[in-house]
Amino acid sequence: MFKRSFKLAGVALVAASLAFTGCGSRTEATTGGSAGAAKVAKIGVIAPLSGDLSALGLGIRNSVDLAIRQANETNAIPGWKLELAPEDDQATPDVGKNAATKLASDDAVVGVVGTLNSSVAQSVIPVLDAAKITQVSPANTNPTLTKGQDVANPKRPNANYFRTCTTDAVQGPFAAQYLLDKGIKKVATIHDKLTYGQGLVAAFSEAFKAGGGTITAAETINPDDKDYSAVISKVKPTGPEAIYYGGQYPQAGPLSKQAKAAGLNVPLMGGDGIFDPTFIKLGGADGDLATSVGAPVESLDSAKAFVAAYGKAGFSEPYAAYGAYSFDAANAIINALKVSLASATDAKSARQATIDAMAKVSFDGATGKVAFDEFGDSVSRVLTVYTVTGGAWKAEKTGELK
Amino acid sequence: MDLLSLFFQQLINGLSLGSLYALIAVGYTVVYGIVQLINFAHGEIFMVGAFGAYATWMVMGQPTDWNAPMSILVLLPVLIIGGVAASVTVALLTERYAYRPLRNAPRLAPLISAIGVSVFLQEAVRLFYGTIPGFPSAKSAIPFPSIPGISGVAFQVGGVTVQMTAVFTVGALAVCAVFLWYFVNRTKTGRAMIATSQDPDTARLMGINVDKVIMAAFAVGAALAAIAGVAHGLRYSNIDFRMGFLAGLKAFTAAVLGGIGNINGAVVGGLVLGVVEAMATTFIPGQFGSAAWKDVWAFVLLILVLVFRPQGLLGAKVVDRA
Repeated sequence: MFKRSFKLAGVALVAASLAFTGCGSRTEATTGGSAGAAKVAKIGVIAPLSGDLSALGLGIRNSVDLAIRQANETNAIPGWKLELAPEDDQATPDVGKNAATKLASDDAVVGVVGTLNSSVAQSVIPVLDAAKITQVSPANTNPTLTKGQDVANPKRPNANYFRTCTTDAVQGPFAAQYLLDKGIKKVATIHDKLTYGQGLVAAFSEAFKAGGGTITAAETINPDDKDYSAVISKVKPTGPEAIYYGGQYPQAGPLSKQAKAAGLNVPLMGGDGIFDPTFIKLGGADGDLATSVGAPVESLDSAKAFVAAYGKAGFSEPYAAYGAYSFDAANAIINALKVSLASATDAKSARQATIDAMAKVSFDGATGKVAFDEFGDSVSRVLTVYTVTGGAWKAEKTGELK
Repeated sequence: MDLLSLFFQQLINGLSLGSLYALIAVGYTVVYGIVQLINFAHGEIFMVGAFGAYATWMVMGQPTDWNAPMSILVLLPVLIIGGVAASVTVALLTERYAYRPLRNAPRLAPLISAIGVSVFLQEAVRLFYGTIPGFPSAKSAIPFPSIPGISGVAFQVGGVTVQMTAVFTVGALAVCAVFLWYFVNRTKTGRAMIATSQDPDTARLMGINVDKVIMAAFAVGAALAAIAGVAHGLRYSNIDFRMGFLAGLKAFTAAVLGGIGNINGAVVGGLVLGVVEAMATTFIPGQFGSAAWKDVWAFVLLILVLVFRPQGLLGAKVVDRA
């Protein structure tokens, strides 16, 4: 968007930057009661707390808040009091980088939960890595974040980075397998050119073709656009039996609606980025599909305690798609802190020890077993396909990708 | 689908998108023609129109069960009137308090003021829309009410799918263009607008109330933008506080393309821009033809037009102030 406005009028650029920087609403979160003279360690959150994706971001912040409150109540780390330090990244890499810089300069910060977007993670990770701050993402699914640019010859780029969700390398093929099992052999792909969407579509396409399917058209859209009629008209004559969309729900909902209005009556399938009730509100129709990481939160016994505690905590926003993963991410950091802070005199000196302790973290979290492999990826490879039924997401099939 | 019907399909897509641009572009061009101000807040006036229509629907008690004829003949006009009322009110207020005090200031001053208004309106809607009792928060997109008989309805002509929302957008532009032509060329206020645009000082000497004429120009532009706002809501079934930014930018491009200050030019520029975007998606081969490149081709066209025909396709308003 910015490049275009340059060509058009520098003035419009000024307007844009003003408009965007004006969007930073900060929400101060409160943590549990203070514990006297306890030393303070902070766990940061970097997620979109305003804007289109704020439904997901606020769920992340609240779930981390919940984990911190519980840790403080049970005095999980004797002598230490944990605090939440939420920062808004507005789903924008530059804003995320600023948020990371701010957290890195705070000596009390030992860990960060975030980000939501893989594209934001790319600019946040190096900042936190330089400061030796552990980062655990509940939602970044792009494989290159843990395995480097050449995923076939994986090389871990940043030792401080972990994630509790599964990656597109698992999610894309899982979706491809599901569609092939359903007898769908012709699919058109569309993505939004962002790190997440592009990676997801690439992983999907490779597995779908390997399984005997045909990609009838590979298209992209502009995330700023509202009008997808031209790209839909281009895809429609190729006769796809489904559309696979790599991107987020603010575009996916209208895209699904516009496709059906234009007579392209096939299901739209996406990844965890479209798995949100807002997708349906914005135009997602019955029959549309999404894969999301892990088993349905409501179905797991381990998750029920989280759901109940979340309800009791009185947050005004739902925990959304990544709530349980954020809760687990925060608890993974807290578990590592139990080791690293035990003998530490101040929070800053415990940063490297926290990263080292993360590799040994293993516990039963809200989403199942939480542990990390040598790249920092979650050891869990469980995914679920959800479908829109009667205006709500319903779990269709849970499975593990071999 | 053969190539010919694909061509017509993209032509329909382009014309309906272009109609939306054109409706907004008229507001840029009318105001520019009279006060030589690029009203960068105009995209936000368009956004306010859509939110005004939504507010009207909320006040009516969110009717969803009306049948198609009632919806089209009663509900839709009421929504449009509500949207027009909101955007005209806001446009007149901005004219009165943000532009009029700066009318004799250097030309950069009102331009900066316009950017300020743009940011102000976006943030005002984002922060305060949800605080009205019963209204949803505007911090993320709000689903726009669907009008039975228009939303999601389509018919086939040959191999081409025509959506009712496209018919509505193109139809709205056609009606507005006729109305605008009549207003400018046949009414007293319209002719006063032409006179003021040619020479404000002499127009004032001839007894024309220039303040009133300028207000009329803002009001006309805002009314058309509000209609575009409703069309946008129906087409994309949701509205958000940032929708005016990109739409405004595109409409401004359309106005420049057609010749800024020239009302016919704004309409032609909008339609050309829409059609070029749709055609570029399909008919430019290779990787440069995907939807990702459509804006590139639209702006390449703009640059070419500005290089070889700087006054725009139909020619900018030529002011003779000898």
